[in-house]
Amino acid sequence: MGDLSAPTRTVALDGNEAGFATTKFEALLNWARKYSLFQYPFVTACCGMEFMSVASPRFDVARFGAEAPRFSPRQADLLWVVGTISQRQAPVLRRIHSQMADPKWVLAFGTCASSGGFYDNYTTVPGIDKIIPCDVYIPGCPPRPEAVLDGLLLLQDKIARGDRTPRILKPREDPLTLVQLGHKKKDPS
Amino acid sequence: MSQAVLDALKARFGDAILETHSDFGDDTAVVAPEKWKEIGEFLRKDLEFDLPVDLCGVDYLGRLPRMEVVMHLYSIARRHRIRIKARVGDADMNQAELDSLTSIWPGMNWLEREVYDMSGVVFRGHPDLRRLLMYPEFEGHPLRKDYPANKTQPLVPYRTEEEAGITLEKQPPFGPDEGMSFPRQVWQRPEEN
Repeated sequence: MGDLSAPTRTVALDGNEAGFATTKFEALLNWARKYSLFQYPFVTACCGMEFMSVASPRFDVARFGAEAPRFSPRQADLLWVVGTISQRQAPVLRRIHSQMADPKWVLAFGTCASSGGFYDNYTTVPGIDKIIPCDVYIPGCPPRPEAVLDGLLLLQDKIARGDRTPRILKPREDPLTLVQLGHKKKDPS
Repeated sequence: MSQAVLDALKARFGDAILETHSDFGDDTAVVAPEKWKEIGEFLRKDLEFDLPVDLCGVDYLGRLPRMEVVMHLYSIARRHRIRIKARVGDADMNQAELDSLTSIWPGMNWLEREVYDMSGVVFRGHPDLRRLLMYPEFEGHPLRKDYPANKTQPLVPYRTEEEAGITLEKQPPFGPDEGMSFPRQVWQRPEEN
């Protein structure tokens, strides 16, 4: 299988009737992981409404393979922290996170989970990254479902890269900025 | 609306009704704290106030007595409402005590626990006077004006930056002031003359 940590490359070759593909084991594993995220919804506040919207057919998180909720942390891969985490709840959240089996990812849904939001006072944890590692932060109060799906896609990119750094460092490339910087040619049409 | 209630209170308790006013349709009586329970019984039995709407504590730091406990009552039977206030506590919140009204309105149980939790008013005779909202490890009473606005008491120790691998402090352009033109307002205890 060779060097697992080297950048992977997937080549698909067309055969006669059944094609075949060569890839690396880790790339295949990451590909499988990123489309089968079993989620644990830790829903505490009003962001839950948008979470329901994301999960329901109109926005349909099932398109990205992340629709199956598991209400036991031992069966979950992805912890959605949806809403405000109060100081009183912090031990529960940390316990849920430590009960999840590796590999596991954490997604901070909304401003309160990301930074505490405007609850800058005695009640609220100023961002879940103060107590557990966090992979993706989705801003918004609450975020639009499109923003949530964008965050989910960022997480899938991160899983596919095999990246285990605490947070997304590289922002998503904005096509318009790339055009302005001259990195990408404008579409001729 | 409830001027009759104020009149009945004044007729019955006289000097124990310290002041009354009726602003914007809200009738209020400030009562002597010693008569708190007696007045409650009178309101419940004679004037049929059967619904305790709310109970809360208001901290007037620098004023004596310092804490004002406000009770809102409504009568479903007679459709009138009243607001009762009692002022308790010295500058250090000693003697901030009132009689519990749980024997009159069972619904007062959690309301009194909340006021005890947030403001530190002790209700004598309460069957189960514990914190309601904050956790038992919490020290102090957060809605007092001298509780520091930025003081937190985390149950879980925060991760260090080495542990997290990222900066956990606020990043520019956000500082401790969140970009506001004025700093965080800090209440100072007024100097006593």
